[in-house]
Amino acid sequence: MQDMTPINTAEASERRAIKISAKEVTVHYGAKQALFGVDLDIEENQVTSLIGPSGCGKSTFLRCLNRMNDTIDICSVGGQIRLGDINIYDPKVDVVELRARVGMVFQKPNPFPKSIFENIAYGPRIHGLCRDKSDMEEVVVSSLQKAGLFDEVKDRLDEPGTGLSGGQQQRLCIARAIAVSPEVILMDEPCSALDPIATAKVEELIDELRENYTIVIVTHSMQQAARVSQRTAFFHLGNIVEEGPTEQIFTMPKDQRTQDYITGRFG
Amino acid sequence: MTDLSVPPAQSTAQMPRDYGLKKRYASEARFKLYGMIAIGMGLLFLTLLFVSIITKGYTAFEQTKIQLSLTLDEKILDPAGTRDPKQLAKAIRYNKIIEPAFYQAIGLDPKDKAQKADRKLAKKIISRGAAIELRDMVLDNPDLIGTTQSVWILASGDVDSFVKGQISRQTDEKRRQIKDKQIAWIDALLDQGIMDKKFNSGLFTFGASSRPETAGIGVAVIGSLFMMGIVLVLALPIGVAASIYLEEFAPKNKWTDLIEVNINNLAAVPSIVFGLLGLAVFINFAGLPRSASIVGGLVLTLMTLPTIIIATRSALKAVPPSIREAALGVGASKTQTIFHHVLPLASPGILTGTIIGLAQALGETAPLLMIGMVAFVKDIPVSPLDPATALPVQIYMWAGAAERAFVERTSAAILILLAFLAIMNISAVLLRRRFERRW
Repeated sequence: MQDMTPINTAEASERRAIKISAKEVTVHYGAKQALFGVDLDIEENQVTSLIGPSGCGKSTFLRCLNRMNDTIDICSVGGQIRLGDINIYDPKVDVVELRARVGMVFQKPNPFPKSIFENIAYGPRIHGLCRDKSDMEEVVVSSLQKAGLFDEVKDRLDEPGTGLSGGQQQRLCIARAIAVSPEVILMDEPCSALDPIATAKVEELIDELRENYTIVIVTHSMQQAARVSQRTAFFHLGNIVEEGPTEQIFTMPKDQRTQDYITGRFG
Repeated sequence: MTDLSVPPAQSTAQMPRDYGLKKRYASEARFKLYGMIAIGMGLLFLTLLFVSIITKGYTAFEQTKIQLSLTLDEKILDPAGTRDPKQLAKAIRYNKIIEPAFYQAIGLDPKDKAQKADRKLAKKIISRGAAIELRDMVLDNPDLIGTTQSVWILASGDVDSFVKGQISRQTDEKRRQIKDKQIAWIDALLDQGIMDKKFNSGLFTFGASSRPETAGIGVAVIGSLFMMGIVLVLALPIGVAASIYLEEFAPKNKWTDLIEVNINNLAAVPSIVFGLLGLAVFINFAGLPRSASIVGGLVLTLMTLPTIIIATRSALKAVPPSIREAALGVGASKTQTIFHHVLPLASPGILTGTIIGLAQALGETAPLLMIGMVAFVKDIPVSPLDPATALPVQIYMWAGAAERAFVERTSAAILILLAFLAIMNISAVLLRRRFERRW
């Protein structure tokens, strides 16, 4: 409250290469509009967190980024989202290819009811990424290692993925997402179903993954956003109210609504 | 906030409040009682049904037979000595072997003219199917000619009923199928152990017959098996494909709503209507043979389709969306998502629905009457195009037969049908348990 003056200089100087650029994105569910022209640039190899009260459209926006909204019949998306130099809503874009480039981790851990090995091998197999069995084993092992799960499960790769603990399941899902070597990983409240210890592990993992992947994470926990992300966008009623470096959003928000939300006055 | 500040009234603090607990517990106890009465009634009727069917039917698994030492004389069976199957197939020649042997067994002279009336009476103790059984034995193995064989031949249906105690000795002789003289012979044969009850393998192998002792469910079982095969091969893939399309691919609009309503209605259409449809389309229009199990199978397929479609759709719906999202999220196409993940998870439900649909089809009678499967078929069908009957139709036909021995056969056939249905339903439950996954 004491200092409301914006610090534009820091923001301007530190901008990195833009991975995803959303312009005027609108989403309708039937007659109901969920997003009202959202503009957001997502930087490469950074963690961008989307925060905001329930129903503000942050998950909807996230699901636009790999066209997961296509699966909902009544959903229609307007505006433009560019991944690198392609517009992902271009009719020529193959959604299967897009989803291989933009992976996703969901709110509830959702491993396939198959073995741990199969969970991870599935993506590379359908995309034909592995030539033979040893290739596949390498991918599975390295994905599990990157997800920090390998040591815990190396002796039981044949056991069902659903038999793991919640936190392990979620890391398995992350390993499954990185097995297809995506460029971007979208995470929709990945820790909301986990206990604090599992959450800490996943957060640690997110921080490590930043080196190789661009990560967009939706979270309800302000502390989590502050801990893991470099940039934060605050959504409210289908609009982005404020977007900037995480530190600045949490210490010196420019907008009164952001201030109110992060201090817990609403939401 | 205001009501907190009001001090609680003195009276309510001291006097116990009436929560109506007694009433609530009473109504709960009442409801439990109703439930137990309902279940008790159900079990009672089920027990009555089973006791009635089993007590009436178990005797049909045994058949009275007579052990005779038969000399298969070449002069009678094959006077030309050519072993020509056409010559050997003349059943009347086998009677000439069985009858004298039997007369001797009960102490009658086969040649004495004075005993002609007795012989005529005695002949009725042997089934007329006995000669045919003996003929089939010789046709299978012509080397038997010229040897003497000890053979258990069929007793007639009335004798069988008498031996099983279903025809009472106390009945007035005039109104009794078995005469006093015959009873004396039967008693003597039973005493010597020449006549005895043996396992009735014919019940499972014979086709239709007007003589109960040579009537069996062989044709009906084969017909039912053919039909079940046809239903499985046609209804399962068509039903599953239709459900996958409707559930996963079809746009949700007025047309798909209309189709859905119609499928649900189709499941409630009386089965005889399907029989009429089968008669009109498969027999009159397509020219398929009457009474054939292929037509029965097609009609039952139409009947089973809605059941399978409804079961499959609900099984597909029950697969959690998180699994679809997971597959789509790693870049699986819609078809890959469905065939690699959704369908395997839905398969226990689909299997259960299919087996229940098959069980329904197995017990269906009405549509089969319409397409002429209520027929007198003696020969075991070798292909679905041959005339056949079905188990429930066989039961229906036997239930209308006059002979005492058909009563027990009707009950026995019901038992066998129920056993098939129980096996199918149990396997549905087991499959479900075995493949059910939790997530």
